[in-house]
Amino acid sequence: MSRKELLSKIGLRQDGRRAEELRRIRCKLGVFTQPDGSAYLEQGLTKVLAAVYGPHQVRGGRSKAQHDAAIINCQFSMAVFSTGERKKRPRGDRKSTEISIHLHQALLAAVKVELYPWSQIDVYVEVLHADGGVFPACVNAATLALIDAGIPLKEYVCACTASLANNNVAMVDISNQEETLGGPVLTVVALPMSAKIVHMEMSQRFHLDHLPKVLNLALQGCKDIKAILDDVVRQHVKDIGSSTGWSQTNRKQ
Amino acid sequence: MNLCEAEKTFILHGVEENFRVDGRERSQYRPMELETNVVAHAFGSSRLRLANTDVLVAVKIETDVPSVDQPDEGKIEFFVDCSANATPDFEGRGGEELATEIANSLTSAYRSTKAFNLSKLCILKGRKCWKLYVDILLLECGGNLYDAVSLAVKAALWNTDIPRVLAVNLDGNNVEMEVSDNIHECVKLDIVPAPVMVTISKIGEQCVVDPSAAEEQCATASMVVAVSQDRFTTVLQSGSGSLHPSTLRESLKLGLEIGSKLDQALIEVLKQKPAKKQIGFLM
Repeated sequence: MSRKELLSKIGLRQDGRRAEELRRIRCKLGVFTQPDGSAYLEQGLTKVLAAVYGPHQVRGGRSKAQHDAAIINCQFSMAVFSTGERKKRPRGDRKSTEISIHLHQALLAAVKVELYPWSQIDVYVEVLHADGGVFPACVNAATLALIDAGIPLKEYVCACTASLANNNVAMVDISNQEETLGGPVLTVVALPMSAKIVHMEMSQRFHLDHLPKVLNLALQGCKDIKAILDDVVRQHVKDIGSSTGWSQTNRKQ
Repeated sequence: MNLCEAEKTFILHGVEENFRVDGRERSQYRPMELETNVVAHAFGSSRLRLANTDVLVAVKIETDVPSVDQPDEGKIEFFVDCSANATPDFEGRGGEELATEIANSLTSAYRSTKAFNLSKLCILKGRKCWKLYVDILLLECGGNLYDAVSLAVKAALWNTDIPRVLAVNLDGNNVEMEVSDNIHECVKLDIVPAPVMVTISKIGEQCVVDPSAAEEQCATASMVVAVSQDRFTTVLQSGSGSLHPSTLRESLKLGLEIGSKLDQALIEVLKQKPAKKQIGFLM
């Protein structure tokens, strides 16, 4: 068969993964010194940087400020060299604006905004390398940056994509190659601990009967990602804590 | 960041004593980290971190038609993007002014044929040439952007591989070219004479190099010089404030001296074999 298949007969994908396997996720908290919180996340080849400023006074007039909650300001931007073909503009196009809005929606569900009335939290994400699943990577990186900034969250907010291969088998964490080969892509942003869905988006079509299968796999992906992020956060806090000698506090007395 | 008068006086006194707030002398740079080949999509790339100034540069290559004025030369274009990650002021179109300023200074610094020879980028005179897009992403601003950007650009161009053209066929008005399939068979540009920029800030009565963000606020005036092999390619005065001609001469002399030293140090580092393992942002 000349056309490339999303899933081979022995159940391997184009890049050698199994259907329910995530790409390698590597991340780091506190990459920059100036923002209040920052994080870097690599999901396969997709690379994203996130920075959080705030909570601080509302910028640009107080008309936007809310008396009972903080406002979250998101900006999504893609480096001009992040895609195979050079982009003309890093931000301001429709796709970037749409992703900014979705990111805002996702973060609003997790951040305890009611704790910071009359204030603003800025979340900026910058894509350095786009290789499929850009939006989920942005959500995951933004979560880490918010944690690094010490902003209270209800719980982790994680995002993951899933697709349907050969009109039968659900696949998780779609790469750029698989996106271009065709097939539907379901993007889910979830609060994995309470298993709530914050945002869901689907492109192309498949039969409704397949939806539970694909959705469950995407949710499982969110849970797996949450476990990975949680490990990194714990390790980061441990590293920071031990360098300030917190484990010694009991012994000294 | 806003400094109060007392903080400014403290910095000023430190400069006067030749012992700056971070312990440096007036002509000393902060530590730098350089990594090349960090962007997989690009033909050449580098990331430079100068204390907490962070710059990522990627070079992309496309084919283009040479301009009518210079039919036997290729093209180079600089594009600076001030990411909002650096400071919230850059959100939306907030960073465009600074971005244009830096891009224009780079364009003028690279304009001289002695500094950067564009004729090597020509494929067929008047018909086809390579166009280099040098895209600069500012990720964090900790002062002294010009120096950091120019060093990162030079490193990225050093790292750039230009595809080898095997044959050019002229078929009527169409120019067809055959590019080598072997990715290891590439042409390297001669980057040794490419300019390096040095910012000199006048703080009180003294001139300092590599001002930090706090020191930039105390500076009465600053100069940016682009040095290419003991010659200036660009001199520009940035920001507000004025300089006395004698101070100008003095700072130019200092800039030339520091620029050549910096250039030598950079080339020495670039000539080293790059480490096999990529570090990137995970360090």
